[in-house]
Amino acid sequence: MRFLSIYKTAERATPPTAEEMATMGKLVEEGMKAGWLLATEGCLPTELGARVRRSSGKLTVTDGPFTEAKEVVGGFAILKANSKEEAIELARQFLRVAGDGECELRQIYDPGEASCYEPKTVAVAS
Amino acid sequence: MSATDLHRTIDAVWKMEAGKLIAGLTRIVRDVGLAEDLAQDALVVALEKWPESGVPENPGAWLMATAKHRSIDLFRRNQLLARKHEEVGREIEAKQMAMPNFDAAVEDNIGDDLLSLMFISCHPVLSTEARAALTLRLLGGLTTDEIARAFLASEPAIAQRIVRAKRTLSDAHVPFEVPRGGELVARLSSVLEVIYLIFNEGYSATAGEDWIRPGLCEEALRLGRTLAELSPSEPEVHGIVALMEIQASRMKARVGPSGEPILLFDQDRSRWDQLLIRRGLAALDRAETLSATRGSYTLQAAIAACHARARAPEETDWGHIVALYDALAELAPSPVVQLNRAVAVAMASGPAAGFELTEKLTSESSLRNYHLLPSVRGDLLTKLGRLAEARAEFERAASLTRNARERELLLSRAERLRESH
Repeated sequence: MRFLSIYKTAERATPPTAEEMATMGKLVEEGMKAGWLLATEGCLPTELGARVRRSSGKLTVTDGPFTEAKEVVGGFAILKANSKEEAIELARQFLRVAGDGECELRQIYDPGEASCYEPKTVAVAS
Repeated sequence: MSATDLHRTIDAVWKMEAGKLIAGLTRIVRDVGLAEDLAQDALVVALEKWPESGVPENPGAWLMATAKHRSIDLFRRNQLLARKHEEVGREIEAKQMAMPNFDAAVEDNIGDDLLSLMFISCHPVLSTEARAALTLRLLGGLTTDEIARAFLASEPAIAQRIVRAKRTLSDAHVPFEVPRGGELVARLSSVLEVIYLIFNEGYSATAGEDWIRPGLCEEALRLGRTLAELSPSEPEVHGIVALMEIQASRMKARVGPSGEPILLFDQDRSRWDQLLIRRGLAALDRAETLSATRGSYTLQAAIAACHARARAPEETDWGHIVALYDALAELAPSPVVQLNRAVAVAMASGPAAGFELTEKLTSESSLRNYHLLPSVRGDLLTKLGRLAEARAEFERAASLTRNARERELLLSRAERLRESH
């Protein structure tokens, strides 16, 4: 099954350091090669973005920066995992490298795929 | 977090970390069976502690540290025991009791350790079935029950197989290392054989069966990709990964809504997974760049790639496929390869030419009970308008297949021929 992971974090004024880029690059490369990371991108400052909303049929556009928001979308990833728990573990691995923030995990609709597997028994010596 | 959720989390962590954990521990204690016991002990501690303490920040590192502590305790106890035995004058093998180096950095060696573990669990001293079961257990973190369900075997049979395999490895004093030079090629082919066996076991499963069986394809892909990352200069490793990625890309298209198999030419190609195809073609490219001569997995991947590149069945480059089968038949002669070649020839040069090639195969003893031979002959005879003979071939094929869905398909083809003449 596939999961969309939306990373939200407090917006910071400085771009990531070379060291941060390198550690993240290593994790991304590892994930791509191993096959659990299908796609991922990081976002530029909200200053360059906009919010487009439709409410009661009326459209409004708010340009960035989104100064009022405590946390903003920092990037996304599409993960391949055998279970929700595995996707959570992958998100934890990502946060260990990315720092404070939150990953919202959403299972992606795949036609013909069960939304979850039957409950598994825990792997103890047998 | 509820108890069930926590158990599922621990299960997921275990499946992701078991290979690295057992590999690191094997390097320290030099015994794969003992390493697995220590890793399992750490898992039991996790099951006791995590419900109260919560899942640690880095669960893999936590399990490793716990297993190391357990092994230090174990060796201290053994040394104490040895000293007592010495006191009463019994003989001991001092070497066996030597304290291993627990401080050796685990993180730096994890790649080599995983690779060494793959080579041990796929050692030729073991039967192919034993290698597959042990590999799923040690590198995939599957339970005995899961492996048994995956191979449609009983749990005690698999448990026995694993215990015996570990004993055989221990008796044979198989060193924990990555083989070098000429030995590497032979040992590598033993690893590839196991990965492909696991993949095929999953690939032959049909919809509605236990999820663990199709899950074997994922597991084999994971093992193959890890192997490709750890030994990037081996062309056949990329060849097998390419073959599996491309075959896996058709997974959703090859089974109908009620579980019936859908043949390659009848598949809805828009349902082929383009991401897997791209990965497969990239891996094939790496294999072909690394070596001018293609090994058998690379050749099979090249054939699979011909199908993957064709947007519609009639766009298939059959001439190229025949040439690839020629090369494969020369490299690894087998009646099954000849049968596949006959199908390609029929597509490239007409059913008569293909059918003639199958005539020679009917006397092959190894194909006597192989349902695909009469199935292919039935297909070609239908195209040649020899319907009565075609029907007899389909009926024969139906009597030979062990897959119920396939039998239905073959019988319905035979039935349709009965109606039409």
